[in-house]
Amino acid sequence: MKTNRLPQEAPKIFIEERKRSVLVKGGDNAAALNCDEDSLAGSVSQRACVYCGARVVLNPITDAVHLVHGPVGCASFTMDIRGSLSSGTELYRNSFSTDLSEEDVIFGGEKKLAAAIDLLVARHHPKVVFVYSTCIIGVIGDDLQAVCKAASQRNNVDVIAVESSGFMGNKAAGYRAACNVLLKAMEPQDGSLVKSKPKAINFFGEFNVAGERWIVHNYLEQMGVELNVVLTGDARYEDLKRTTHAALNIVQCAGSMNYLANKMQELYDIPFIQISFVGVGDTVDTLRKIAEALADPDITAKTEALIERELAGITPALEQYRKRLTGKKAAVYVGGGFKAISLIRQFKELGIEIVVIGTQTGMKEEYQRMATLVNDGTVILDDTNPAELTGFMMELQADLLVGGTKERGIAYKIGRGFIDHNHARQHALIGFEGAINFAKEVADTICSPVWKYIPQIGGEKHG
Amino acid sequence: MADKTVYRSATENPFHICMPLGGIMPFKGIEGCMILVHGAQGCSTYMRRLLTEHYSESLEIGSTCLNEKGTIYGGEKNLKQGLENIRKVYNPKVIGVLTTCLSETIGDDVERFAEEYLADNDCGDLKIVTVPTPGYGGTQAEGFYVTARRILAKLTQPAPKHEKINLIVSHITPADIREIKRILDLMEVAYTLFPDYEETLDGMYRDEYYKIVPGGTALAEIEKMSGAAATIEMGLTVDPEHSPGQLLLDQYEVPLHRVPIPVGIENCDQFFRVVAKVTGKKIPEQIDKERRRLLDAMIDSHKYNAEGRSAIYGEPEMVYATTKLCLENGIQPVVVACGRGGNKLTALLAAEMEDCLEDVLVLSESDLADIRGISAMKNANVAIGHSKGHYLTEKAGLPLVRMGLPIIDRVGGQRLLSVGYDGTIQFLDRITNTLLENKQRTYRTQMYEKYYKGQRKNITLVKNSAN
Ligand code: SF4
Ligand code: SF4
Repeated sequence: MKTNRLPQEAPKIFIEERKRSVLVKGGDNAAALNCDEDSLAGSVSQRACVYCGARVVLNPITDAVHLVHGPVGCASFTMDIRGSLSSGTELYRNSFSTDLSEEDVIFGGEKKLAAAIDLLVARHHPKVVFVYSTCIIGVIGDDLQAVCKAASQRNNVDVIAVESSGFMGNKAAGYRAACNVLLKAMEPQDGSLVKSKPKAINFFGEFNVAGERWIVHNYLEQMGVELNVVLTGDARYEDLKRTTHAALNIVQCAGSMNYLANKMQELYDIPFIQISFVGVGDTVDTLRKIAEALADPDITAKTEALIERELAGITPALEQYRKRLTGKKAAVYVGGGFKAISLIRQFKELGIEIVVIGTQTGMKEEYQRMATLVNDGTVILDDTNPAELTGFMMELQADLLVGGTKERGIAYKIGRGFIDHNHARQHALIGFEGAINFAKEVADTICSPVWKYIPQIGGEKHG
Repeated sequence: MADKTVYRSATENPFHICMPLGGIMPFKGIEGCMILVHGAQGCSTYMRRLLTEHYSESLEIGSTCLNEKGTIYGGEKNLKQGLENIRKVYNPKVIGVLTTCLSETIGDDVERFAEEYLADNDCGDLKIVTVPTPGYGGTQAEGFYVTARRILAKLTQPAPKHEKINLIVSHITPADIREIKRILDLMEVAYTLFPDYEETLDGMYRDEYYKIVPGGTALAEIEKMSGAAATIEMGLTVDPEHSPGQLLLDQYEVPLHRVPIPVGIENCDQFFRVVAKVTGKKIPEQIDKERRRLLDAMIDSHKYNAEGRSAIYGEPEMVYATTKLCLENGIQPVVVACGRGGNKLTALLAAEMEDCLEDVLVLSESDLADIRGISAMKNANVAIGHSKGHYLTEKAGLPLVRMGLPIIDRVGGQRLLSVGYDGTIQFLDRITNTLLENKQRTYRTQMYEKYYKGQRKNITLVKNSAN
């Protein structure tokens, strides 16, 4: 089915300004899509805040105290909601807050913050304390840097201010704030660079959700590649200081970490490649890209052997899923562009066509890439909202939606399947095993017997 | 004492959240309402995320997306644009505006902005209810009542006296609300239940797509709450300044009867007594049967419950009711805690605990780290509270009976029934069964570790030497 409906005619967009953020492949020029801008007031954006972005990136650092300076809500909402795993301490899973009260807001929260740091260091002996600023900190004017510096000297432990006041942009600004912290932490202490290890790589934008870092680590080991530092899945503070020792950076979640990789290329002359372990095709390509970049015949041979082994293992099962799923239609609404792009290919591997695709914080180039990969008639949208998403899913008859926790209700309300592609997952979705998990999850939701009993909304067939 | 002040400089694993979150339920409890959170994008996204998981519904809540400019020059433009866009997409009858820490700190005059918006635009019958809910000003418990009160302050009109009573609920589940309605219908009471989020937050599957889910207290009903014969309000721990019932009393002289959430035999008895007295209705036989079934259940379980030592935490009103339920059934509370704002609870519980053999720690300000510490010290064997307490299970092996909001690691938080005699049986069973399950799981090893001192080895030794 090819609906070549222009958004101007589409009844699904209710706010004039939003029309520039939605386009239809085949009907509009992809370069014209509005993205990377502030959300519109009242548009029920699915985006999060700067603090959220910074916390996502730094939270997996396991031996840190993550202290949220601000009123309690910002911290309670983010208490242990992510599935990053640790091979050691679980300190990072605690939620610490200065729980500012009305008086603190009036008189300033610096004293309380200083006391909080002292107390938490004494109680938990962390390797580092990250102090996140929330929206009102920017307004009440606490000098975070000064408090952290003094506390660091007093307690003889690194105390790092993360400038993540929520209103200074969106999640992407938070990624940048976190990357700046990481850059600072990896600065060689004595000013001299340790010579890089020729077969060692860093892995950026990988948060060890459901052990995904470990999966990739196993692959690399079989290829004879040393995994130097992962940012930040299952990372410890000490690790960060070794980041500059690698020969190559591979970047998965580009939205959060491209900035960092660029900076490292500039400062330390370490090249980087963009990769993705989402889906079979992308995983295979990624492994080959790594081998190629390291230019070592032994690694290349081992890589090919690994790919052959793994493919032989999963192909029969994937074929089975493909048979059941061919011809279904999917809608995708995720955080960043890299995941969206990978998902297009991964769904193709399963015989599924994408009819709606969008992200919260994708960049122009990413949208252009998406536009080249999807079929005509596919709706592409930036920073969308439940009303639009629901409208397009119904119109284009999507069988399921891929999204984060907030999007689940949108799919279920209109009786469609749903795939959780968020950080709270408890199953891995990357690499070869992840591809099988994904196929199973798609089949579990689309082929569930419950749909037999669910009447279709507005008479549209979607089962 | 000094140590305690220092201690509170940092909260470790808080179990209370912030005021605007609590404001969402009352707004969801009125007909045709959309919510706009005035602040930076994150607050509303986090609230939606949490409530989506708890209720398994799509929670559509707008944000005014305050950014740097709005923060420096004030959020007027954002708020008005937000109202405009919400109106275009959802065409609601009411827009509820909840403020946040940020918009309160920059001092936006939200009520004025809203009035100007209504005056400058052709909005028909649209009503806007603004509520000051800075997160630092209180928890979701206060947010719930403050918002319910503002809704009445804004939407209730002077009305002729009528026969209906107002039933103002506390922050209970949609299933609880459904049960209260069943009870009142059974008693043939004419009532206005407010805020009624029974269907909006525990929706059924519908064949048609509604942008605003049908349900909620009708606006026409809310208008006339001023003429009711009486108000019954669940809320012993509520500050009168926050109480919606108090407003109806002060402004329209509607007599107010405060009751606890009807959980537990005593609270239920009190509830039915008040309803019967206020309405002159009889307690039907059906209800009497339910009461007797509860009595039977209490006897059946009393010995198992006698082994219970509970740690109770959450919003003050439900904590109060849960603590009474434990006391009535011989479950010893060892710590009873609110995140913040539990001051009234201490006084209320003091009277209840006179017969207690043990001291009960009542904390008006606390966090899960406190509860973990005290539970270990005082040998608690069951925790009762929302799902953030899984930390207690994971780190300290304390089994958790899930209760309250949020419940995000199990399904059905919105369907938990705990009020009325029937609901009490179900709640009590959940606690008792958790105790039983825990005992079943641990008693073999415990007995072994306690009593087995390697006796078996001695026997073997004797045999060996005989050979
Ligand atoms: S505590 Fe304040 S700033 Fe934080 S989420 Fe709640 S309202 Fe927003
Ligand atoms: S106050 Fe700011 S930092 Fe906190 S949740 Fe809201 S937007 Fe995020």
